[in-house]
Parts: sequence; C-alpha cells; structure tokens
Amino acid sequence: MTKAYPPSPYSSPIGKHNAESHTLSVLVDNEPGVLARVVGLFSARSFNIESLTVAEVAHENHLSRITIATSGTPEVIEQVRHQLERLVPVHSVTDLTLAARAIERELAMVKVRGKGDARVEALQLAEAFRAKVIDATTESFIFEITGAPRKNDDFVDLMRPIGLVEVSRTGIAAISRGPEPI
Amino acid sequence: MTKHMTGAEMIVEALKDQGVEYVFGYPGGAVLPIYDALFGQNQVRHVLVRQEGGAGHAAEGYARSTGKVGVLLVTSGPGATNAITALTDALMDSIPLVCITGQVPTHLIGSDAFQECDTTGITRNCTKHNYLVRRIEDLPRVLHEAFYVASQGRPGPVVIDVPKDIQFASGAYHFPRNIQHKTYRPKLKGDQDKIKHAIEMMTKAKRPVFYTGGGIVNSGPNAAMLLRELVKLTGFPITSTLMGLGAYPASDKQWLGMLGMHGSFEANNAMHDCDLMICLGARFDDRITGRLDAFAPHSKKIHVDIDPSSINKNVKVDLGIIGDCAHVLEDMVRLWRAEAARPDASALAEWWKKINHWRDRNSFGFRNSREIIKPQHAIQRLYELTKDRDTYITTEVGQHQMWAAQHYKFEAPNRWMTSGGLGTMGYGLPAAIGVQMAHPKALVVDIAGEASILMNIQEMSTAIQYRLPVKIFILNNQYMGMVRQWQELLHGGRYSESYTDSLPDFVKLAEAYGAHGMRCSDPAQLDAAIMEMIETPRPVIFDCLVDQKENCFPMIPSGKAHNEMLLAELEDDAGVELGNVIDERGKMLV
Ligand SMILES: Cc1ncc(C[n+]2csc(CCOP(=O)(O)OP(=O)(O)O)c2C)c(N)n1
Ligand SMILES: [Mg+2]
Repeated sequence: MTKAYPPSPYSSPIGKHNAESHTLSVLVDNEPGVLARVVGLFSARSFNIESLTVAEVAHENHLSRITIATSGTPEVIEQVRHQLERLVPVHSVTDLTLAARAIERELAMVKVRGKGDARVEALQLAEAFRAKVIDATTESFIFEITGAPRKNDDFVDLMRPIGLVEVSRTGIAAISRGPEPI
Repeated sequence: MTKHMTGAEMIVEALKDQGVEYVFGYPGGAVLPIYDALFGQNQVRHVLVRQEGGAGHAAEGYARSTGKVGVLLVTSGPGATNAITALTDALMDSIPLVCITGQVPTHLIGSDAFQECDTTGITRNCTKHNYLVRRIEDLPRVLHEAFYVASQGRPGPVVIDVPKDIQFASGAYHFPRNIQHKTYRPKLKGDQDKIKHAIEMMTKAKRPVFYTGGGIVNSGPNAAMLLRELVKLTGFPITSTLMGLGAYPASDKQWLGMLGMHGSFEANNAMHDCDLMICLGARFDDRITGRLDAFAPHSKKIHVDIDPSSINKNVKVDLGIIGDCAHVLEDMVRLWRAEAARPDASALAEWWKKINHWRDRNSFGFRNSREIIKPQHAIQRLYELTKDRDTYITTEVGQHQMWAAQHYKFEAPNRWMTSGGLGTMGYGLPAAIGVQMAHPKALVVDIAGEASILMNIQEMSTAIQYRLPVKIFILNNQYMGMVRQWQELLHGGRYSESYTDSLPDFVKLAEAYGAHGMRCSDPAQLDAAIMEMIETPRPVIFDCLVDQKENCFPMIPSGKAHNEMLLAELEDDAGVELGNVIDERGKMLV
C-alpha cells in the first residue's frame, strides 16, 4: 500500500529513517528580534533545534553568529538552509557538517554528589576526560568540561551511576579549520 | 538633500519620494502625528477604509493591479491586529505591501499600555520583514529599505512599527539615492549553464508542458510577453495556477486552462502524463499537486523561481534555476533562437492529439437551465458582456471563485485579483476598491458569494465616499457553497452550519449604503441585468440568485492524483456514490 513518496521535506516518510544531524553557522545582523526570527522559523516550519548558541562576533559591524544543531533528512536540511537565507537580516548560512573540516566545542558544567569511593571514581574519570573541578564540598563536585558534544555526552553518562545531580551546557560553538573563514 | 523634520513628516516625505499615490488607512491615537502630516498636502492621498483589514486587502488589490507597492497605515493595538489577515494573505500570494503601524511611545513599550500590542512579535511570521523604529535617525533608512524589501526578490508585506514619540521627534531626512540592502540581494539572472541545459531538455521532450504561476505576474508585463514568445516558439501546451491566470492569453490554442484541484481535465492530465514539466514562478502547492506520490510520475522537472527555498520544497526537481522569471525567460528565448532549437515535432503532434482528446471532454461543461440561473452560466455571461471593456476582476473565496477562474477568460496579467494561498473570504470587495482607486475609468467587478461578501461589507461605505463604481456580482446560493460541497462529498451530506439563514436583503443593503441594488433570478433576464450593472456609474450590488445545489467540477478530491478527477457527469452516473469517492486518508487532508 504505502508507496515511496518522492523525497520532499514535507511529504517524505523516508524522513524518519535517514535523518542526519547537521550544524549550521548563521551569520546575522545583530538587530533586535533576529534570534526570535530564527527560532520562530524553526517552530513555524516544524524543524528541529537540538542546540542553539548565539553571541556577537564582530562588534563594530554588529554581526552575530548563531550556531544551530538541527536534524532532518538531507531535503529538510536543504530547506532549513534556504529558509534561513530568506530572512532579511541573515548574511550567510554555512552547513558545517558538509564542510567536513569543522570543529565543534561545547562547555558543560556537571554536578555530581557522592561520598567515599564514588568521589574517587568521579575524580579519576574527570581526569581522564580532562574535566576541571570548579566547585567542591564534602559531598559534591562540579566539573567543567569542554569538548565535542559527543565527548561531553559520554562524560555525563559516566557520571550518572556515580551520582549525577544536574548538567548545564552551553550548546555548540563551531568553526571551520584552516586559514579561511566559514 | 538633507531636510529637518519630524518623524511623522518623514513618513509622508518618504511616501512622496517613493511615488506613493494612495495610502489606505484608518486613524487612531498612535498615528495621529502621521495623520497630521498627511493633512494639508495632497500629493499622497489617504483612502479612509472602514476596517483595517479592508485597508490591507485594498492595498493588495492596488498592488496586484499596478505592480507597485501597496501602502496601508493603521494605529497600534487593534489597528495592527485587524491588519494581520491581509498581511498573511499578502505573504502567501507574494504581494508587495508596506504597512505602517503606530505604536505606543518607546518608554511605554512592554508595559501593557493602552492599545499596545507586540506588533513586530505578532507579525514576524506573517511578513517578509518587519521593523520597530526606536531611534529617529533610523527612520529614513528603514522607510526606504521597507519599500526595497517589499518589492525586490519574491515580493511580500513589510511592517514598520513607529512609536508615537518617534513620530514627534525631529531629525534629518534624506532620500538615499542608492537603496541597496546590506544583506538582502536577490539573484535575478539565472545560471546560464542551467538555462542551456533547460533548452536541451526542452528540445528532447516528447510530452512537455509549461506550468506557470503568480511569479510571472509578479515579474512584470515583460515576463508575460516573453512567456508568450517562448510558448509560441516551442509549440508546447501551457497551463497555470490560479495566481498566474492572465499571464498567458486564455483565448490561445496552446492554453489548457487552469490546473489543480478545480482545474481542467486536459491541464491535469497533461501534468500527469508529461515527460517534461517546465515550472515558471509557481510553487507546487498542494492544491496543484494532489497526491504527491502520484504527481507527474514520468516527468523530468525544471523549476524557475526567484525564491531558492521554493525549489525542492514540496517536489524534488531535476533542474532548479534561481532567478527572476523575466530574466530567465529572456535568456531562454534568446538561446532557443540562437541555437535554432527545434522541438520534437512528431512527438509533439502525438502529444497534442492526446491533449485534444482530453479537451473534447469539455470538463468545464455544465447542464444549463432555462428555469434557474446556473452559476457557471452567470460567469460566462459576465465574461461575454465585459470582455471588450477595460475590466478587472476580483473575487471572494468559494465555489464562485473557482467558477470565475474556470469561466472568465483572462487575456492579460494584473487583471485578476484573488486570494489564492490563504483563501481569505472578504478579500474581494476591498481589493476591488484598491483596484478601482488605481484605475478610475476601468470596470471593476468583485465576483462574490453571499457569505464572503458579508465579511467586509462595511467597505461599501468606502466605495461610496470615494465614488468608486465597483460592481459586486454575488452568486447567491444561500450556502457556503464550497463548504456544502465538501460536506456532500466527505461528510454524508450533513450540512452542518453551511446554510446561511437570515441573509440581508442585498438590494436594500445596497440602497442603505447609497449604492444601486439589483436582483435577478431569471436566466432570460440575466443579460439585461448584467448590462444594467455595467452601465450604472455608481457602486452596484447585484444579487444574482443561482442554483443552490450546483457543485464545482471538475475536482481532484484531496489525496487523489491528477488522473483521478471527478467530472461533472459523474453526478448523474448510476452506481457512483459521491459520498464514497474520497478515501479515509483524503478526508484527513484539507
Ligand atoms: C475567512 C474565512 N473563513 C472561512 C473560510 C472557509 N470557507 C471557504 S469557502 C467558504 C464558503 C464561502 O461561501 P460563499 O461566499 O457563499 O461562496 P460559495 O462557495 O457559496 O460560492 C468558507 C466558509 C475561508 N476561506 N475564509
Ligand atoms: Mg454561497
């Protein structure tokens, strides 16, 4: 009964199977409402946001970079990119996942509670992951870890059985390798 | 030249510099300084509507019929929210508008002040772009940038929200010579290699079809001329969406009529069976494609659009060309000529044979009657009696709109104003007012339904005030006919709330407004009545009583393919139960 639909972002049941994660770097004019515009676009068109960071990158010409991790079929990702490009204050949209040579980093602060062996184990793991202790009490640590989001995920997963209390993450910042700009 | 003036004066000055003739608007506390600046000058004429939604649709009608930017001016809060439907309508149909809204003074923003609403927040998703002006220094740039953004690339509505203190503040105004946006620069010229490739595909095609849309109309009269040239050169058949009607002359042999849900049998079958589809300025909307997995299954597709996000959005195409229709068409015509390209003549002859066979079904046909006016007949008579005049048609939304699209034959672009993407009942009368304002001598007819017309009937008063002799031609079937039709086809004939009881007496209503009212229910008197309407030099409401049960065919039911159309004869065919023709999946669709 169910025939394969042509690949289209809005009709494609294929979408559920071949979703990919992509990181988009969006250079925008830092004007009021620009973030709302970007976020509103994602909700209005049912696109996913897995992570979003935004900060000014060039003060003198009012530019901000929004880095968005999203997921979808290749067709959806193409739509996301074109829809973003359509927004008037958007200068450029780069798919860093396609650029291949991109570096992604995220900072996470991880609060862990425990006594005795659990503390020792937590410290050992933190060392292995090059996480720093930034706060400590007799029954807790807060670790700061910076790395690719996957590495941070792994660290958080390891802390869970030891006594993970909560995590605060910055979301992804990304940049392309080499001398050229994004 | 830099001049000093208040923000309110800057707004009026910028409108003058942009060559704006008319502003459709409605005053209120937050725009009083602007109204003060409008007072005592007569270069920019203000048209006082009766509800802000009317201002929006009037500006749309003005824009669509002239190719210029339509301008509206409304107050904060309820003035702005009343304009939302028209802004959304303009966004969906790519109509260039600049909407100036008043706002509470900057120091009160966010305090829930009287008549405050978050206008830029509310309109962010229903405009192409919007601005909240917080500094008088930004106002001149924003005003001119708004016109640029509204009209360039894929056109759309732009809102400028101006707090009242900014209207009072004074500053330096200048008309920037070179309005170029720092980020927004749409690509007009298509990629030459791709256009070359397109021509190659066209010469190889055996069953080609042109599928055109509102983009041709938006691209300007030149695009329509070039389209005619290319269609003539190639000998290919051509169909168009609802929004594109008029870009190609309906009287021409190569014209297949409109396609889509209520399109012609030949247009939809040609789309289904084609091996090459050349889409120019259309967007593969669901009303056009029908069931996507069965859409033109054997075709290669070329898509020309100025909006890159339209390409591969709903339907994956083989060749996407980003550019303005007129630019790309010009290159196509030039290349076709330069390469002395020839279509596959024998294949094309076969193709036309097939198409003519479909044509013979006469899918817009209907059984006429001597007793009762058939709505299709009414449109046909209206067409015959107005075709030799300088006529513009607007519509409301419903069956009458589809019958108008099927039976009124447009020969030129910008003559047909209808709400396509949003399907806004209440569009037609204010749009007609905007059209008549721009073309005072022309005959402007709003083909209406009795339900739709009541949604913005207050604009009759505007028509009277400005002596705009618009003609409202109501196909009165006492039903929300399109809703009734779907209830018949999908919901077992349970006509829930689709009959309008207590309709006004439209003749008396016309008279109450100071217009001319008429009624006709006899097919024998229809022509004379239409002539009376045309020749009355005042606004007219014509209550044309038509068959209440007529359905609009052909129809591609939701969830069906182009070659699964319902034709009018079906209704009488024994054994076909209309209530069963739409399957469960189709019922879920709109
Ligand atoms: C503002 C708005 N509300 C509701 C609808 C849904 N709708 C589409 S057609 C229609 C009926 C229109 O009736 P009428 O104007 O009498 O036209 P007819 O179909 O009878 O020709 C309705 C309610 C709409 N398109 N717009
Ligand atoms: Mg009706």
